[in-house]
Amino acid sequence: MAKGNGTFRIGTGAGFSADRLDPAVDLARRGKLDVMVLECLGERTVAFAHRDRMADPCRGYNTLLERRMRALLPACREAGTVIITNMGAANPRAAAERTRDVARALGLSGLKIACIEGDDVSGRLGKDQPFMDEPGTLADIGRPVVGMNAYLGADAIIPALEAGADVVIGGRLADPSMFLAPLMHHYGWQNSDLAVLGAGTLVGHLMECGMQITGGYYADPGIKDVPGLAQCGYPIAEVAAGGSAVITKLPGTGGCVNEATVKEQLLYEVHDPAAYLTPDVTADFSRVKLKDLGQDRVRVSDAGGRPRPEKLKVTVGFDAGVLAEAGVSYAGPAAGTRGRLAAEIVDARLKETHKIKSPLRVDLIGAGSLFATAGKTRNDSEDVRLHVALRTTNRDEAELMIWEVESLLCCGPAGGGGYRGVIVPAVETKSILIQRDLVKPTVEIFVT
Amino acid sequence: MIVRGRNERLLVRDIAHARAGDKGNTSNVNIWVYDPEDFEVLKRSVTPERIKKEFPTLVRGKVTRYVIEHLHGLNLVMGAALEGGVNASLNLDSHGKSWSYLILGLTLDTGESATGAER
Repeated sequence: MAKGNGTFRIGTGAGFSADRLDPAVDLARRGKLDVMVLECLGERTVAFAHRDRMADPCRGYNTLLERRMRALLPACREAGTVIITNMGAANPRAAAERTRDVARALGLSGLKIACIEGDDVSGRLGKDQPFMDEPGTLADIGRPVVGMNAYLGADAIIPALEAGADVVIGGRLADPSMFLAPLMHHYGWQNSDLAVLGAGTLVGHLMECGMQITGGYYADPGIKDVPGLAQCGYPIAEVAAGGSAVITKLPGTGGCVNEATVKEQLLYEVHDPAAYLTPDVTADFSRVKLKDLGQDRVRVSDAGGRPRPEKLKVTVGFDAGVLAEAGVSYAGPAAGTRGRLAAEIVDARLKETHKIKSPLRVDLIGAGSLFATAGKTRNDSEDVRLHVALRTTNRDEAELMIWEVESLLCCGPAGGGGYRGVIVPAVETKSILIQRDLVKPTVEIFVT
Repeated sequence: MIVRGRNERLLVRDIAHARAGDKGNTSNVNIWVYDPEDFEVLKRSVTPERIKKEFPTLVRGKVTRYVIEHLHGLNLVMGAALEGGVNASLNLDSHGKSWSYLILGLTLDTGESATGAER
């Protein structure tokens, strides 16, 4: 039953794995939502989750799952809001069980928690599978594969909604599909209604990154000012039966919704605006209309749709050893010159003295780092930081690198300070395609 | 709108806003003018040819530009522009999130020989 005067209200309560929680609780309490989506999985996070699961079979789901559920379940139960999330990551079953435990501890009885599995397609593909967007095949990886997850679409989620689930937990559920599925279920949209599937996918695409449409990731002081970013509100989509929607946020929250914030999100991570591929549809955003209704309300309409891609995309994660990073800072007169000398010393020590051949990068933060490859550097900074990064499958090399950077404190240029060094496990990912009939999603319901 | 004759060294940032996203080793930057009257200047200033010329060591693949005429925006899709992509790059910003400001930092081609057309 829709709660909003003939529209279906979907809110986003997380737009990435580490997104804020308190504004999600506010939205759950005051948003009068039919559905809250928690989108918490990316190309990197799914691979890391597989690593967590290999280390401990009870883990491999979003590390904030318990905290989020503890905070959101009571408010969503009270409001009759269904939660849909991909926080299950590499272990949806464990995530559903933990959610059940949290619900029981909160005294929420009769809660239906749906667990969607079947996205993990490890072992179902031959080594000769070609990569999607680059030369090579799975056989060329040459490192242990830690996970293979197919993107599941709305058709994997709808059976859970039909079963009356209060919470739907999956792994690699495609981001926009988590929004499209409840719309299809509520409005009875069919797979043949390509225009409305495109419209629902537009809603999902705009909403999936949370505050990126309500003023987050938008502010540029003096040109694009955003009020109250510290208390920014998550977005709400009020979706009509025909697929058009109003994007807005709760009154009293920070941030803003206007044509500009919607435009920046409209083509975020989109290539051809007329062909945005999801498991559900080839969505067309090229003729989308936007109308600013004022008071942080923007109407979006006129998305289109063409038949869905024949195959599903699969993210393959594999062990890539470690990423080592270390740094030392230089400040005051000629800081840049001293920093550059430090860079030369480290480079010589690692490549010539220690014969390290793994990919190494040396930057001077403050004199050109993010844009160094683009050729943009400057020489007048009085505060620079040497930043050394090394990717290697040999841990000894990583330890040697951070040791060499630390040694600059006594053996490098004058006035260096503030050494930090860290080594973290690295996972690389590639994309391949899979036949749809090799992917068989399942739903199991846990009741508290 | 920008004012002719007073546009010395104006940047794309002065007339437009942008956001960058990544998929694999491909970066896309969408760019939107604040004032529709500036759209022609934006289209003239941000072309695939210019991107390849400005950032030859960073943008190694093909650059495709989509024009969203009715919303006054461009979508630049830059192949092999992320130093291997988020999980392989050694750039501190391995997503290339800051590439939006690489584009916003370009000078405008206002069509006046004495002003922003020069790099």
